[in-house]
Amino acid sequence: MSTATDTKRPAPSKGERVADWADGRLGIYSLAKSNMRKIFPDHWSFMLGEICLYSFIIIILTGVYLTLFFHPSMNEVVYHGSYVPMQGVQMSEAFASTLNISFEVRGGLLIRQIHHWAALIFVAAMLVHMMRVFFTGAFRKPREVNWIFGFLLLVLGMFTGFTGYSLPDDLLSGTGVRFMEGAILSVPIVGTYLSFFLFGGEFPGGDFVARFYSIHILLLPGIMMGLLVAHLILVFYHKHTQFAGPGKTNNNVVGMPLLPVYMAKAGGFFFLVFGVIAAIAAVASINPIWALGPYRPDHVSTGAQPDWYMGFSEGLIRAMPGWEINLWGHTLVLGVFIPLVIFPLVLATIAVYPFIESWVTGDKREHHILDRPRNVPTRTAFGVAWLTWYVILLIAGGNDMFAQYFHLSINNITWFARIGFFVGPVIAFVITKRICLGLQRRDRDKVLHGRETGIIKRLPHGEFVEIHEPLTQGKLHTLTAHEQYKPVEIGPTVDENGVERKVGRMEKLRAKLSKGYYAEDSQIPKPTVEEYKEIQSGHGHH
Amino acid sequence: MKKLSARRRHPLAAVVVLLLALAATGGLYAAFAPAGKAQADETAQSLAIEEGKKLYAVGCASCHGTGGQGSTDGPSLVGVGSAAVDFQVSTGRMPAQQPGVQVPKKPVIYEQAQIDQLAAYIASLGAGPIVPTEKQYDPAGANIARGGELFRNNCAQCHNFTGEGGALTNGKYAPNLEGVSPKHIYEAMLTGPQNMPSFPDSTMPTKEKKDIIAYLEHVNGDKSTSPGGLKLGGLGPVSEGLFGWIFGLGALIAVAVWVAAHTAKAKKS
Repeated sequence: MSTATDTKRPAPSKGERVADWADGRLGIYSLAKSNMRKIFPDHWSFMLGEICLYSFIIIILTGVYLTLFFHPSMNEVVYHGSYVPMQGVQMSEAFASTLNISFEVRGGLLIRQIHHWAALIFVAAMLVHMMRVFFTGAFRKPREVNWIFGFLLLVLGMFTGFTGYSLPDDLLSGTGVRFMEGAILSVPIVGTYLSFFLFGGEFPGGDFVARFYSIHILLLPGIMMGLLVAHLILVFYHKHTQFAGPGKTNNNVVGMPLLPVYMAKAGGFFFLVFGVIAAIAAVASINPIWALGPYRPDHVSTGAQPDWYMGFSEGLIRAMPGWEINLWGHTLVLGVFIPLVIFPLVLATIAVYPFIESWVTGDKREHHILDRPRNVPTRTAFGVAWLTWYVILLIAGGNDMFAQYFHLSINNITWFARIGFFVGPVIAFVITKRICLGLQRRDRDKVLHGRETGIIKRLPHGEFVEIHEPLTQGKLHTLTAHEQYKPVEIGPTVDENGVERKVGRMEKLRAKLSKGYYAEDSQIPKPTVEEYKEIQSGHGHH
Repeated sequence: MKKLSARRRHPLAAVVVLLLALAATGGLYAAFAPAGKAQADETAQSLAIEEGKKLYAVGCASCHGTGGQGSTDGPSLVGVGSAAVDFQVSTGRMPAQQPGVQVPKKPVIYEQAQIDQLAAYIASLGAGPIVPTEKQYDPAGANIARGGELFRNNCAQCHNFTGEGGALTNGKYAPNLEGVSPKHIYEAMLTGPQNMPSFPDSTMPTKEKKDIIAYLEHVNGDKSTSPGGLKLGGLGPVSEGLFGWIFGLGALIAVAVWVAAHTAKAKKS
């Protein structure tokens, strides 16, 4: 440092001046300093959440455009637009304006299709993202709250989608709204009141499109936006999880900095997501409301399903036998009410799992290293069982399509779903657990004996052996990095003074469940250093 | 005349009168009586019935009975009319390949002339709906929008919004209406084949049938277009959901894997 340079300090550049101006007013320096070099680990599955974020942004952008032309009104009009098969048909203004968006507004149909495809992909990506977090155990402390935020985003996304799907007031979505009305009516005592409150009188009334519109474009997206920001803040605050590997510990994050690497990658990925969705919207039709016709309560079509994310609720209804109880002049429609009760239970089952797991295992430590699904067989099996449950309900929801296109009997498919609802998850659980244990054994073999090379060697005395190549140090670490726990024991039931302690039912249950996780038949002991050394020293040559 | 009147008391006169009277009666009878059997055989109608009966005996009688009276394997055909025969046989549904929940569409095995003969024979068993003329089913000039409303009101429950078909109970189904000729749609509405209810002219006049045919031609015919791009079967959210998962999310995950695989490499040194 010479004094000459100190006195002749070059004039601050334009960027510097802007940064200085902003820092003086917004205090961005410390914020940027702590976050610009924030490290994120690299793995494709960590980008699933990005797909959700970007498709959400795309939905908002296209949604704003659609609000410019959509009339959320149920006033009856006669269509005189350019689509011939609807000319002269009576319809609501909502339906007419959606036809207008599709056929008259410049780019309207493409924007509509981008909006709808992005919505389907948004919810699908949220589910896959959630499953990634589930199967890798990323929901463990300290991320339980963020798991709940994510779950709420999924549920809100489903309902935002449903209200949006209902807005055009077409025959398909009208049937869906009627379905929802039926579900509300099935609620004992208050059902009728709730329905009248929601629809402003008898279904369909003249209000629900305007009401759903407020809910769809303001209320639910507003809440989602707040949750989304909170979700992202927590991701920054907790730092991202990473898979086990050399140099990666529970106390560090190995990866690339946000700026410039992830800024470039994420920015580019946004455009890739937008591009893929726009390409799909450009080639494939979605919700062709002009072919469906306007909603009239006296019309209905076969093949009326909700969008896929509500498909499991459709499945619940279709699989449920049409039971009802008639008492004192009142009807309790169990055939609809029971599915209505199971619907939130299906969702809640996966949502509360992290809390159940932490209670069962008694694990209250922080975890920043992800699990490989095979190393936690019980959790993985539970997740697959839940997915099986979900998929069986989806199949039940599309039973008529499967019947028609696979030449099956719709009644048989319904029975398959009814039995599968109870049996499917159990079978999936057992099979998945077995597969996980098999994979653990395979890992153990690989660590102890190396990789099978497929090279056969003939020894001088004529014996054939396959050459096993020892794994690299890094690979050995990765395969043995996971911790293995002992099941929770019920402590001594007699204290030092000889007084017997009462063991509660919950404590017993917990010990039993814990055994299911960590007992000897639920995990394969990972190889120890001694075992490895003994085999590598030549005694156990294979 | 004198000669005649002179011999009117001849003993054979009565015989001659009787012969003349018989000849006159016979002649008049021959001249005015309804056409006899030999002559009637010459008309096209009865020839068709004859031929139809022969075809029927070979192709249909094993299930529908030798006289069309039906059996345990097939319903009675008395009174189904020529329209039903034309529909069933010229869409290939009849003769049926095997018993089952529903007889599917197949390649047609009879020529149109033979189908007409079969139809004539069945029609001769009892009155029923007649094969429509082109004037009846030609959709030109019909009201497409009205047809759409009628379709959603009467047909969409089983055949889907635009006639893509749908499932019924126990493996039965309402077939896809794409590419079905106007004549066959008309005949199906008229006769109500298999599980379909019939819509005779008393409940659905010819004009409304034409509107429906025009609507179907427009939305699900050879020349119909899909303004939004690939139709995905026109089945609604199930196929859209599958497409979105496989090609939408599938493509995005492939892109994510690609992006993740191309990361900035840490500088060595």
